[in-house]
Amino acid sequence: MQKFQKFHLILILLGSLVLLFIIAPLLGLFLNTSSAEIFETVKEKEVRDSIWLTIWTSMLATVGFAIIGIPLAYFLAKRKFLFRRLILGIIDIPVVIPHSAAGIAILGFISRDSALGQMAESVGINLVGHPIAISLAMAFVSVPFLINAAIDGFSSVPDRLEKVAMSLGASSAKVFFTISLPLAWRNIVSGLIMMFARGMSEFGAVVIVAYHPMITPVMIFERFGAYGLSYARPVAAIFVFICLLIFIGLRMLTKEKNVSRN
Amino acid sequence: MYLEIKNINKKFENFSLNNVSFELEKGDYYIILGVSGSGKSVLMEIISGLINVDSGSIILDGKDITNEKIQKRDIGILFQDFAVFPHMTVRENIAYPLKLRKINKSEINDKVLFLSTELGINHLLDKNVGLLSGGEAQRVALARTLAISPKILLLDEPLSALDIVLRNELRSLLRNLNRNGQTIIHVTHDYEEAVSLANEVAIIQKGEIIQSGKPKIVFQNPKSEFVANFSGIQNFFKAKIYYDEKDAIKKATLENGFEIAISCNEVDCEGNIIVRSENILISEERIDSSAINNFKGLIIDVFPTALGVEIIVDVGVEFYVTVTKSSSRKLDLIQGKEIWISFKATSVQFIS
Repeated sequence: MQKFQKFHLILILLGSLVLLFIIAPLLGLFLNTSSAEIFETVKEKEVRDSIWLTIWTSMLATVGFAIIGIPLAYFLAKRKFLFRRLILGIIDIPVVIPHSAAGIAILGFISRDSALGQMAESVGINLVGHPIAISLAMAFVSVPFLINAAIDGFSSVPDRLEKVAMSLGASSAKVFFTISLPLAWRNIVSGLIMMFARGMSEFGAVVIVAYHPMITPVMIFERFGAYGLSYARPVAAIFVFICLLIFIGLRMLTKEKNVSRN
Repeated sequence: MYLEIKNINKKFENFSLNNVSFELEKGDYYIILGVSGSGKSVLMEIISGLINVDSGSIILDGKDITNEKIQKRDIGILFQDFAVFPHMTVRENIAYPLKLRKINKSEINDKVLFLSTELGINHLLDKNVGLLSGGEAQRVALARTLAISPKILLLDEPLSALDIVLRNELRSLLRNLNRNGQTIIHVTHDYEEAVSLANEVAIIQKGEIIQSGKPKIVFQNPKSEFVANFSGIQNFFKAKIYYDEKDAIKKATLENGFEIAISCNEVDCEGNIIVRSENILISEERIDSSAINNFKGLIIDVFPTALGVEIIVDVGVEFYVTVTKSSSRKLDLIQGKEIWISFKATSVQFIS
């Protein structure tokens, strides 16, 4: 018993260090920023526009890739086929490569010389430096979070429920929308939140495809490089605060839904 | 015939169904009896359309449905783990197949109410299925399946996850359903279930149906040790019958040469013999009686059963003998003790 308690104490101590490591810098960020600085920064249209741009481009990436990514996750979760593991590996690639390198790759993909770039050019859009490019860069680095969470969700839906639904007359599409999707929804929402969050916080890939218009992580970097820490810190504090607000809100919203379902 | 299953073959990596054929009439209660892994659940999924066959055909009500879409077969399937939809209420579960058929709302409500009343779950309609007991969930699953008015109801071990009281309740429910004309195919590993429900039974072993027919006939005339064991007959031996002129009696010679006196019409033929364990007497000394078969042997195992005590005696072959607990105590039947067993030649049944 004595040994067990000691072990618990060690666990708590180690865990506290990790939590402190996460909380302390963020707390420092807020404590070292005066309310006057925050107030002044919020008044800047450039900052407000940047935060809004970051939110909606990440939202666009999340929604857009949810539409094409969730069916892929369903397919990967429910079908056993040749090269399945290879495809699962491909999905994880964006997580393991440097994001600046991902940015370079995407730049090549959307530049005027590329097929996609030329197509966009034909309708009068230059993708480089365009919010669409920002969304694409955000999606590239964050879509594995959504797909992997959705695969976990769909895998946890017993095949039997889907089989029963089919025997009751449901088509494959009906089974997907009435059984699989609702039952995997919790994981999918987690994945959507993670993808949205990861997209909003992306810097490396975005800065290469679009320095301007400036998303907030790029603005923080730019202000830090040009004017120093004290000028970058209020923007960082406001952005971190907004990120936390959004994610806590989304988490609570999904938790409420789960509770009301039980 | 209402349903004809003809030469169904299906190969998997480690298992195959081989030439499975059977047929049943409308209103039959057909039980497929087999141990786990014998292929009975696969057979259910094949009939329902969840698994495609490699070869063979399924004819339902005169129509070949071998390659028919699962949604159009009019076959309902009920799984052992109920498979109720956990994100829906009881009402939504039962209404699910009706909504798919685009029936109008008031008709759906009427049918849900009718089925839930029939199955005694109408008080649970607005409950989430996560809060139901096993028996309630099973009834919800049954109501949901019956909502499609299936031509055939397939039941995959429907009672095995329930306790004994619920099992009896559901058994009587299934019997009533069948009495009202519902054709049922039910797979199970439980002999009791087969005897109490089936009017036709098939025994499946390693992907093959090895015997089928009326339950009484199948279980009284088991064609293999496997079938015999299902009905609790352990003393099942392959034997050759001949007439022993010296003793002026027919004898059955077992595979190891052991001989048992038998009274039967057949002679000079091969088949199986069974001796019911309750027809064998145990005594400490050889007794003078009308029993011709008297063998001295050693008790090699003793274990309690629901009816008393089962004794395994080695007399050259192993015989199972059932005695009451008080007899076992009186004769002090313990492992290693030497005893005599005796049974009449008329207690030995020959199955050709």
